[in-house]
Amino acid sequence: MIRFILRRSGSLILLLIAVSFITFTLFQLGPADPASAACGQECTPERVAEARVALGMDQPFLVQYADYMRGLVAPRMIGAPGAESVCQWPCLGKSFQTNEDVSDIIGRSLPYTLSMAIGALVLWTVSGVGLGLLAALRKGSATDKFIVGAASVGVSLPIPVTGLFLLLVFVNQLHLLPFTTNEIASPLGPQGPWAWVLNYLLPWIALAVLFSASYIRVTRTNMIETFGEDFIRTARAKGLAPRTVTFKHGVRAGITPVVTMLGMDIGLLLGGAVLTEQIFSVPGLGFTAVRAAISGDLPVTMAITMLAAFFVIVANVVVDLAYAAIDPRVRLQ
Amino acid sequence: MDNQAILQVENLQKHFPVKGGLFSPDSSRAAKAVKAVDGVSFSLERGQTLGLVGESGCGKSTTGRMISRLLDPTGGRIMVDGADISQLRGRELYNFRRKVQMIFQDPFASLNPRQTVGTAIAAPMVAQRINPAGGLKNRVKELLDQVGLKPEHYNRFPHEFSGGQRQRVGIARAISLNPSVIVCDEPVSALDVSVQAQVVNLLQEIQRDTGVAYIFIAHDLSVVRHISHQVAVMYLGKIVEQGSRDELFRDPRHPYTQALLSAVPLPDPRAARRQQKIRLRGDLPSPANPPSGCVFRTRCPLIGTLPEEQQQHCISEIPAPAGPAAPACHHAGLAAAVAAGVQ
Amino acid sequence: MTQLQPSTPATEQEAIPFLDVRNLSVKFPTDDGLVSAVNGMDFSLQRGQTLGIVGESGSGKSVTSQALMGLLKGTSAQVSGQALFQGRDLVTLPESGMRRLRGRNIGMIFQDPLSALHPFYTVGHQIAEAYLVHNSATRKQARAAAVEMLGRVGIPSPEQRFDEYPHHFSGGMRQRAMIAMALICEPELLIADEPTTALDVTVQAQILDLMAELQAETNSALILITHDLGVVAEVCDSVLVMYGGQCVESGAVDEIFYDTRHPYTLGLLKSMPTLNSSSGRLSPIPGQPPSLLDLPAGCIFSSRCEYAALAGDGVCREQRPALQAENGHGTRCHLSGPQITTIRNSR
Repeated sequence: MIRFILRRSGSLILLLIAVSFITFTLFQLGPADPASAACGQECTPERVAEARVALGMDQPFLVQYADYMRGLVAPRMIGAPGAESVCQWPCLGKSFQTNEDVSDIIGRSLPYTLSMAIGALVLWTVSGVGLGLLAALRKGSATDKFIVGAASVGVSLPIPVTGLFLLLVFVNQLHLLPFTTNEIASPLGPQGPWAWVLNYLLPWIALAVLFSASYIRVTRTNMIETFGEDFIRTARAKGLAPRTVTFKHGVRAGITPVVTMLGMDIGLLLGGAVLTEQIFSVPGLGFTAVRAAISGDLPVTMAITMLAAFFVIVANVVVDLAYAAIDPRVRLQ
Repeated sequence: MDNQAILQVENLQKHFPVKGGLFSPDSSRAAKAVKAVDGVSFSLERGQTLGLVGESGCGKSTTGRMISRLLDPTGGRIMVDGADISQLRGRELYNFRRKVQMIFQDPFASLNPRQTVGTAIAAPMVAQRINPAGGLKNRVKELLDQVGLKPEHYNRFPHEFSGGQRQRVGIARAISLNPSVIVCDEPVSALDVSVQAQVVNLLQEIQRDTGVAYIFIAHDLSVVRHISHQVAVMYLGKIVEQGSRDELFRDPRHPYTQALLSAVPLPDPRAARRQQKIRLRGDLPSPANPPSGCVFRTRCPLIGTLPEEQQQHCISEIPAPAGPAAPACHHAGLAAAVAAGVQ
Repeated sequence: MTQLQPSTPATEQEAIPFLDVRNLSVKFPTDDGLVSAVNGMDFSLQRGQTLGIVGESGSGKSVTSQALMGLLKGTSAQVSGQALFQGRDLVTLPESGMRRLRGRNIGMIFQDPLSALHPFYTVGHQIAEAYLVHNSATRKQARAAAVEMLGRVGIPSPEQRFDEYPHHFSGGMRQRAMIAMALICEPELLIADEPTTALDVTVQAQILDLMAELQAETNSALILITHDLGVVAEVCDSVLVMYGGQCVESGAVDEIFYDTRHPYTLGLLKSMPTLNSSSGRLSPIPGQPPSLLDLPAGCIFSSRCEYAALAGDGVCREQRPALQAENGHGTRCHLSGPQITTIRNSR
């Protein structure tokens, strides 16, 4: 098992290097000119050139890339000669816009994204798997048909629609919930966990509606298939209680595809739920990334892209480990 | 060997490599191989049937697939009509396909569910660009008739057929190119007894009419005995005994053949009660790591009765391959005596 | 009712049959209509006896066993009739009561041991689980019981094999493990549904021996469901031949094989190639089994029966024959005894 984790960590690092290089290249080739964006309103060609030097963009491409990568290992100096400043480790560069360390920007945005992701994840897993299982157990009944119908509606509702609808009803009309505020980024904050829940409830629901729909369908299909397996018949023939047959023998065997989906979705969501964060004005990674991309703030965009890639790859490893824990047949010796 | 032989297999081998991963501990060692088929030789005459029997994992299906060149042999020769076809490639292999056809166990799985039965039967002729006199469609209807189906079945789909009828479709497809040899891989194992008899009869009729030779691969010894002229018994990739059907069933000389025959349940309660059984102990060894010497020695009922020195012989020496005259056993004579004692 | 067993010296308890099935029927509603899978089965069984239920696919033999095991409860299947097991009716018994019988009083073995065992739990865990459900025992005691049972079914070094997964076992070993699981609570009745069909013939012989041995040790009753008349001849005391969801012939094993009374049974025996028969043409039964959606009004076998005309007046096509028993040998056929004897001897 340890050998497996080490091997996957090795390939994880290689993948991240590849992703960073590709992202770096794409931003270089792209039409955005960060220097002119950074120098502001009254720009002259001279000032743009100065800005280029200050941002380090006068250097050859590979040198820029090597500098950037060096910052991931140790602190480095950034800025025009004579006006350099220290970028603390882990150095992801400094924002072209605010000259702030990118790691600080990410450190500020990440809790918002985590808050959104964790709650939404719990909500959609519980509702998706629960309803899917219920539909499978009651296959063919009215309950089953209702759940399947709801799932097909849910999957076709885009976030802007559900999000805006929820805001309209619960905040504007019914005044049941507060509008999302930026002051609560963690359940451990001064306002307490309940305020945290209320603050993020609407984005959670918006995400859960979209995601749980596919979880319902995948869970239902797989559980129906599993309940028809011979080993379920064996479990019944042993005289096990229906609860044991369903959960211990059925769910464990039928849940693996859901684990895969979950892993992928967590990875994607931690990279920032762009639309949801925009609609609910949550200053998370997605929100920050969009603003950075618009203003050509290369280091911020770059860092968030790499972070998203990192989450996806880590999620992959976690899924593999979870598989091995669930299914002994894939366990490595 | 015999000039009459339409098929001659010499020292045929199929070794599947066992690969270690890049970081797995196996990579340091030399790549091992699973010897699925390890030095099989036999010959088959025109219009005859060779029954290939043995338990799962003995290599009988792999042998069949090499003869029809669905698998590439690792070594040895396959002579069809005097020419070695074991290494054919490209155009030559394409031309060879007419000569050897195959019938599979599960006729439903081997038919495309969206293709009519007529199209399925015509497919080999289309692939081989054969234009039969009187047209393709007429030829297919002829074939349908030949296998006991009706011309109006032409436009039906496989799911409209019963298991036995689907196997008839498989047979029609196999005989459409007038092959010299048909490899039948468990063709009746999935069928009910009463239907199985229909298909066995059909195969025999076709052989009588066309002179095609069959390799009949099956685990059911009763069916093999019924249909075969020659029988070869395989164990762990090797033929342990072969010979004419009557001789082999009357006087099995390899202890494995004896055990195999004695394990077949007889639909005759009185005989079953009388019969003394030879029971094999344990399981089939892994073909990735076969026993030294005689492959059967780990389960041989005979070896325990031998003096120490002869047991060592079985452990260290590989017996000569089974030929028409002698089984692959160091103590075949003794085996026969023991078997006689049991019966 | 058919008395399958010549009456054994009966104690007072065994005066009532151990298992007594009367008019058992199973229907499945489908989109195409009602499928009549089992149509009025009658049989009885005593402890220590082995009953073979033989039939081809679709004959209803497996459905019969599932109905007895109560595995059809909670599905859309309509089960009717009566199946008295030690005085309790398995057909009307609610699921909760049935659950207490399953595994403890009635054990079951299935065809394909690889798919019948849960791939994610160790073999030992699955056997111990069956023990824990019906016994108040600690995990340690359950483990000890399971290890002992693994040893009894002939699995070498059971202590180690306890912690292995089904995919580490060979086919024969898996079926041994299934038997261990089915027998760990020492049920009085064991139902084996094609227990050796997925196995090689030498392994099949081992498993049949093992089942017979364990049955003799525990004096349990065994229902063996199979399509293989050879297996029946080797292990059964009595036989029930099924066709189209009905029992067409039943009786002691020698009666069925040497004094065959039903044209279908005759046809089955005749269509089998055997190891000691000389070759020649096999005699298959012509045609296909009837659709269970739309069973014929008369004898279910009449459409394939070569001798239907002998009974005269189309009675075979119009009237469904009753199961008539004589000295414990029952047959469902309009032909008279002498007619059958003539047919049998002419073949």
